[in-house]
Amino acid sequence: MATLKDLRGDTPSWCPGCGHFSIMAGIQKAVVQLGYEPHEFAIISGIGCSGKVSEYVRTNGFHTIHGRSVPVAQGVKMGNPDLKVIASGGDGDGYGIGLGHFVHASRRNIDMSYIVMDNNIYGLTKGQTSPRSEHGFVTKTTKEGNKEYPVDPVSTSLANGATFVAQAFAGDIKQMVDIIERAIEHKGFSHVNIYSPCVTFNKVNTYDFYKERLTKIEKPFEDRDEALAKVRELSGLVTGVLYEEKRPDFQGKLGIEFDTQSCTNGEMDEDLFHKMEKQFQ
Amino acid sequence: MRESVEWMVGGQQGEGVDSTGELFAKTLVRYGYSVSTYKQFMSRIKGGHTNYKIKATEKQNYYSGDGIDILLCLDKETLPKNEQSLNQGAVVIQEGKEILVEAGQASTGVSYTTFTLPLKKIATDLGNPLAKNMIALGISAGLVELPVEILNGFIEEIFGKKGEEVINSNKQAVLKGVELTKEHVPNQIKPLSVVPVSNQLFISGNEATAFGSLMAGCRYLSAYPITPASEVMEWLSDELPKVGGTVMQVEDEIAGICFAIGASYSGTRAMTSTSGPGLSLKTEALGMAGMSEVPIVIVNSQRGGPSTGLPTKHEQSDLQQMIYGTHGEIPRIVLYAATIEDAFYIAAEAFNLADQYQCPVIVGLDLGLSMNKMTVPTFDSKRVKIDRGKLITDEEAKDFNETHFKRYRLTEDGISPRPLPGMPHAVHTTSSNEHDESGYISEDQTNRINMMRKRLEKVRDAMIQEPFKYDDNGGESEIVLVGMGSTYGMIQETIKQLNEEGVINASHIHIQQLYPLPIDKLQPLIDGKRVVTVENNYNGQLLQLLRQHAPIHNNSEAITQYDGDPFTVSTIAKQVKELISWQR
Repeated sequence: MATLKDLRGDTPSWCPGCGHFSIMAGIQKAVVQLGYEPHEFAIISGIGCSGKVSEYVRTNGFHTIHGRSVPVAQGVKMGNPDLKVIASGGDGDGYGIGLGHFVHASRRNIDMSYIVMDNNIYGLTKGQTSPRSEHGFVTKTTKEGNKEYPVDPVSTSLANGATFVAQAFAGDIKQMVDIIERAIEHKGFSHVNIYSPCVTFNKVNTYDFYKERLTKIEKPFEDRDEALAKVRELSGLVTGVLYEEKRPDFQGKLGIEFDTQSCTNGEMDEDLFHKMEKQFQ
Repeated sequence: MRESVEWMVGGQQGEGVDSTGELFAKTLVRYGYSVSTYKQFMSRIKGGHTNYKIKATEKQNYYSGDGIDILLCLDKETLPKNEQSLNQGAVVIQEGKEILVEAGQASTGVSYTTFTLPLKKIATDLGNPLAKNMIALGISAGLVELPVEILNGFIEEIFGKKGEEVINSNKQAVLKGVELTKEHVPNQIKPLSVVPVSNQLFISGNEATAFGSLMAGCRYLSAYPITPASEVMEWLSDELPKVGGTVMQVEDEIAGICFAIGASYSGTRAMTSTSGPGLSLKTEALGMAGMSEVPIVIVNSQRGGPSTGLPTKHEQSDLQQMIYGTHGEIPRIVLYAATIEDAFYIAAEAFNLADQYQCPVIVGLDLGLSMNKMTVPTFDSKRVKIDRGKLITDEEAKDFNETHFKRYRLTEDGISPRPLPGMPHAVHTTSSNEHDESGYISEDQTNRINMMRKRLEKVRDAMIQEPFKYDDNGGESEIVLVGMGSTYGMIQETIKQLNEEGVINASHIHIQQLYPLPIDKLQPLIDGKRVVTVENNYNGQLLQLLRQHAPIHNNSEAITQYDGDPFTVSTIAKQVKELISWQR
């Protein structure tokens, strides 16, 4: 059995107090509690403070490029269906530059988890507005206040067919670990948005801000519309598993007996060659 | 008897021009001829002039030809658009109110015969108005005395599901065409000689590339539809699931490469296919594959650029993008098949190189090569053997005895043993950030220097089996023509023609490995010669590449064409002659 120590990778360089520490610990704890070994996982991360999680959690990791953790992660699962795959990144990575992939992953339903560390700001580039920043939010690039309105992540995945949609808060580790565990065990695309305060650059969306405002959803809603209505009613300030649906995942639907790993050194398969060349004769 | 025939069908898109052309081409193939084709088409589904050109020869040929012996006009535009290509004595078949045989003269001075007839009415009289193209095919077959049994065989294949009646009316239409030929235009064209049927494949460059990839063990392709690369995805969509693989049409070009990189990282031989606009979008992820040392094969079937450019036209203008595209400096290998036959082997070798050098391999094609079919001798399945490079097993990984496996171990040849995620003794980190041997982020300068050297030096010696084709054309030459991709056959024929005319003898280099350029091998072949590149772009990108590697600045030129059409032998020959006279 793996222990938390086995899941420890490189030394984190996040600011003290950053919400990402809790999320990293939450992923580690979930893997250990579920009884998995580090080699069974691949964590695929994007770019930003959050992107470093693939190095800090000692599983297989792939630190990719900005906004592309989700397509790479889906490819990883296609290449080896036996791996447990987690994509992770921040709100800029997933809801800004990578938003398109998120919508398509939601409707595609490949068996993987997408954990977003949502701090409502661009941290690593030192404090610019993010697609999750509130209207009126003042940053270096929105000195007069943000004139746009934020992306609604859980409504997006809900509306686009994700089969597991949840939201958590880095300040509530117990609930978060439970949600991550359920997301990992869910067969299909699971989206977990986690509020993760940026203690250095975001003076609005702080731990206290969330503690005062978040409402816990104890049980997933029966249908998407109810979940969507609640999210809207509470301006997205909810935590818990909002929706969960059992549906065959993408790979199951293909009905293919995957044989992708057996390519070994040697001559081409001659029988296969002769079978295939016939169509061109 | 004649040893070759050049045939073209033209009409409006959606009128069956493609299927008529392909049927005649296949008939010639089954008769034993070597066939090269070229399809002209526009970026729309219905309407607009399109044509399908065929050159059939007794011996292997790589060019669809400059001229036309038989022109089948399904619309009014076909004749005026192609009249200048008619060969002396050509026959033009066209729709008209009544049967009429007339003599015509083209602006080029050649005389030809027009055979006008009410195709649609004759077909209707036979009970199947849709069979008018079959009558025209019957006429074509009749003119060169092709046995109708071959056409009948195809009719049975094509219309098998539609029942006896449809089959019979189509067969009758073919027969009617042959009869009309005998009656009205007998002996207009010399019949084709009989040749022995050999084991040939009739295949496009896209199909050969896809076939080679599958045979090399590729089991995953993710891509976004784009002309002229879609057939790679379409063919593999049919074939990969049969062997346990998958094709995914994903949301965009960036996803196309990212999914494939992910699948390759987890151990599957994976690829993406695209054209210029897609390659532009993929270049950041291309850099990721280079930096993170994940093998990946990217097929780039070029079309007319820039931007949306000429989506259905031919061009070779992505050379620099394929070699240099992406920020920073990465290891990569860029290949470009000279013929459809080579496309099969190059695709297979691309997967080996990607694994051996753990880097992206770009397989260049161009529309001329990718979308047009040609007969080629069947491929040799033993020529390229699968080699997965330094991929290691869990047992081998165990011997390293590391808690966190060093994915980027510094080695003599710069290539690190590569485990796969999922192996119990090889938990490792892959990264697109600058990293140390363990894969962890590092901004240390010594480490940076070591890692840059590792990555960029490791591909220096990469070499495919045939990095270029060379033909000295049997003797001394002052001039060497250098090309890439689908110009192979045209350059070959140009040289032959110039030689026969006594103009000049030229040697021919056709480069198949553009990066790293095999300059040591090329140097002795161009030393002291006048280097003339023949390429379909404005800037002479191939010339620039050669000039970068060899001191040829004072003795080199480019013959370029960038109007969307492929070269003809006559245009290349004319320009070579001009270059020679200009020098003298």
